[in-house]
Amino acid sequence: MTAERRRNSSPLSRRSLWIAFLLAPAAVIMMTFVVWPLMSALQLSFFRFEGLTPGDFVWFENFNKVLFQSPFREATYNALWHNIVVFFALMVLENGLALLIAYALLKELPGHRVHQVIVFLPVVLSAVIVAFLWKLLLHPLFGVVNAALGLFGIMGPAWLGSEPTALGSIVFANVWHWMGFPTLVLLAGMQRISREVLEAARLDGAGDWTILTKIVWPLIAPSVTIVTVLTFIGSFNWFELPLMMADMEGSPGRSTDVLALYFYRTAFGSVTSGIQDFGQGSALAVLMFLFVGAVTVVALKYLRSREIEI
Amino acid sequence: MTDITSTSPAQSSSRPSTYKGEGLKNGAIQALLWLNAVIMLYPLFVMVMSSFKSNAEIFSSPLALPQGLNFANLEKVWSETNFLQYMGNSLLVTTASVALILVVSTMAAYAIARYEFRHSGLWLMFFLSGMTVPLKLAIIPLFLQLNALNLLNTYAGLILVYTAMGIPSAVFIMTGFLRALPKELEESARIDGANELVIMWQVMLPLARPAMVIVAIQNAVPIWNDFFFPLILITSDSLKTLPQGLTVFMGEFVTDWGVLFTGLTLAALPITLLYILLSRQFIAGLTQGAIK
Repeated sequence: MTAERRRNSSPLSRRSLWIAFLLAPAAVIMMTFVVWPLMSALQLSFFRFEGLTPGDFVWFENFNKVLFQSPFREATYNALWHNIVVFFALMVLENGLALLIAYALLKELPGHRVHQVIVFLPVVLSAVIVAFLWKLLLHPLFGVVNAALGLFGIMGPAWLGSEPTALGSIVFANVWHWMGFPTLVLLAGMQRISREVLEAARLDGAGDWTILTKIVWPLIAPSVTIVTVLTFIGSFNWFELPLMMADMEGSPGRSTDVLALYFYRTAFGSVTSGIQDFGQGSALAVLMFLFVGAVTVVALKYLRSREIEI
Repeated sequence: MTDITSTSPAQSSSRPSTYKGEGLKNGAIQALLWLNAVIMLYPLFVMVMSSFKSNAEIFSSPLALPQGLNFANLEKVWSETNFLQYMGNSLLVTTASVALILVVSTMAAYAIARYEFRHSGLWLMFFLSGMTVPLKLAIIPLFLQLNALNLLNTYAGLILVYTAMGIPSAVFIMTGFLRALPKELEESARIDGANELVIMWQVMLPLARPAMVIVAIQNAVPIWNDFFFPLILITSDSLKTLPQGLTVFMGEFVTDWGVLFTGLTLAALPITLLYILLSRQFIAGLTQGAIK
């Protein structure tokens, strides 16, 4: 400490310069590409846009349009509803299955490491690969899924082409893509439970179902919190899979439309209209940010309150 | 192995014979795990197998194995598409972004972790605040910003955006790691008369390598796989990255499924091989932040 002080006290400005030099590049990049765009995002939503340039300041006109005026209003709520459906479907399917697999992996039966690697493999693939792969596999005539169903005499539907099955099929592809992530996060939570606790329960004659629901579940609350929040944020960022498995318009018949697709169409122009509106797009982005932010804060407060210190 | 585990009560739950009915139950659990493994791997198996099939084979018998090793699809991808260009672009953008993230984040983290200066806490807060914001929702102002800087449709624009996105968590990880390094090493180097740059570069940073690997993987995978930012920021075909190029490709060869499956297989190949080699680091890097 004394050596440091002696060295640095005389050329103090040199030390400050060195620190400034270390901080500057990261700070400049963050200011230019994160802080400034985020600060102006709100501002842009109050302007009417002509192409890329902001025109008149129109107060809440853009917000009013997307929330209360036809035809935008219907599109907004339709997309929002699908995001909510996707969130709950992923909570039950993806995270429910992940919980089961994680509990199975916790047993550390022979080969459990291989299974960890396998379940996480799709996670490292791009959503583009996953989307196109499943689009081909789910093809009504030549896809593997319907060919396999055909072996049992079942005529598979046009999974992505008909309204009742389209959104569900994309959710399924998402479960396949991402399930390894919650699995390993929940597994890490389970591994922090002391072996003695589980062992004692087992000696008392508790079965796996009792152990999973009465002991493991409450004790992995912190991991459940993280998985829930990430699933929520992920559901509201849902973009690549519906875009490539269905299309930009949320076909068929808007049954796969979600907020990010709707935002992208509004801001950068759809195939059918070709109109792009940065004002309305910004208003949508701000609303999505506020909605996701508010729900996340409330959910975190609730989820944290049910966590017990281990 | 057997002797140690049988005497350790903590491990006994993994021994099938300890409890009545446990063997049967473990069998059921193994069956569940293998069923899951089949569901995870079979689609990828179909993808790889189909890349060796002709269209006629794929359409008439989608479930069958290929009749032989047919490389016609591969030749077509090689000669008729920009696949290699896309892959090269992805490699360039990912490498440059990860390198830049590592350099600037480590510099900033080093200043915050190893020196005492006014407002160092505020600086850390500034960098960390970026962890919670979804930059995708600021894509309109970001687009306008890049337009103003003439960085739209350039490698540099894409690289800088990825770098900005990667800095917050990289600074977080590196600061935590660098703070934990002992002060003695630094002190003794200082007493020996080494200057600050030498201390940082030759004494401290070599010790931070494990954290750098985590940062590199945590950023490289999402950048390599990203579709959203190139979709909006890149328009020239010659600059497109692999995920974006793949969509072009899928549009051009809609009916040529052999070529499509080959394209998907080739796109998945590099990252899958790397993952199999470094699965421990991949899993640690990608779940970092959600664990602990």
